[in-house]
Amino acid sequence: MSAKIVTITSGKGGVGKTTATANIGVALASTGERVVCIDADIGLRNLDVIMGLENRIVYDFVDVVEGRCKLRQAMIRDKRLDTLFLIPAAQTRDKTAVSPKDMVRLTNELRQEYDWVLIDSPAGIERGFRNAIAPADLVLIITNPEVSAVRDADRIIGLIEAEEKGPGKLILNRVKPEMVRRGDMLGTEDVLDVLAIELIGIVPEDESVIVATNQGVPVAMDANSKAGRAFHDIAHRLKGEDVPFADLGGGDGFFGRISRMMRAGGES
Amino acid sequence: MNFFQKVGIGRSRSAKSAKERLQLVLIHDRAGISPGKLETLKDELINVISRHIEIETEAVEITLTKERDQHRLVADIPLAPIRKRRHTIS
Ligand SMILES: Nc1ncnc2c1ncn2[C@@H]1O[C@H](COP(=O)(O)OP(=O)(O)OP(=O)(O)O)[C@@H](O)[C@H]1O
Ligand SMILES: [Mg+2]
Repeated sequence: MSAKIVTITSGKGGVGKTTATANIGVALASTGERVVCIDADIGLRNLDVIMGLENRIVYDFVDVVEGRCKLRQAMIRDKRLDTLFLIPAAQTRDKTAVSPKDMVRLTNELRQEYDWVLIDSPAGIERGFRNAIAPADLVLIITNPEVSAVRDADRIIGLIEAEEKGPGKLILNRVKPEMVRRGDMLGTEDVLDVLAIELIGIVPEDESVIVATNQGVPVAMDANSKAGRAFHDIAHRLKGEDVPFADLGGGDGFFGRISRMMRAGGES
Repeated sequence: MNFFQKVGIGRSRSAKSAKERLQLVLIHDRAGISPGKLETLKDELINVISRHIEIETEAVEITLTKERDQHRLVADIPLAPIRKRRHTIS
């Protein structure tokens, strides 16, 4: 068994990379998969607080890179899900403390013993982003249904293809079905029309995400919240399962078409 | 009609303008040429072509389009009316 390395990135900041990394990690681990989440946002560490593991940090990723500890020593095991691990970022250093080669070398060490390595990329297209995608087998591009976020996602899709890390898959986060329905928010179909990329998840705007962040318990720990369910769906799709997409205001457009296609296929 | 109504903010179906604006900006992003550079290119093109044939400079249109995976620079350059051209050239 060899781990699959998945990087979550976006170009634009604040669209939900860290939230997605933590929750996809939780969702995968809750099905028994062995998962390591790596915070590659050096200097702006956050995955630890989103996962609720901030009080248990001793060593960080830069300590490993610079040889102050073994990779194993920097890994924090989640007590709620014992196949879930975090490798935190250094908080007092910057992105230049790590190179793309370091990322490849250290994630390779994890391949044998784990099923998934999830990398939380920093925003931007500079060194931190390049570090984060260097070891990736698959890149997930996360965006929001807004002009600026989708534009940045398009740029990232281009860069990933140029680095021969494509084709990536898209997560559309913070969708408000009500706004999509009344024509005031880009729907899934609109975003896919302009981006030409495969969709792997649609996550609704959900207050539970903020409550979860407050408590350090990722929403996916509770599969009953809307966002939590969406992250579980993504985890299943990553594992190769065929999970239908929930209708989040796409109306009769995208989802109507898909279900019609499936119906038509079923009858013939 | 207040300012916001005039510029279309608050009117429903803003998703439609979001999509149209995105499609336009992405064509320029992907081709790696800004609308401003395209203007410069147009002016230079008009200069070069005018040296050889008289054109309707005001009506020249340079646009970027995308059909399937192929980006295309399309130049629509109307010539000056024939009568006028006979007078000036040759
Ligand atoms: N589906 C959602 N519903 C509600 N709030 C959300 C959702 N997804 C993310 N958020 C909120 O959006 C904010 C940004 O999320 P997050 O920190 O995951 O983004 P990021 O892309 O990692 O940001 P950065 O670029 O700074 O690293 C957070 O406050 C988070 O709680
Ligand atoms: Mg983040």
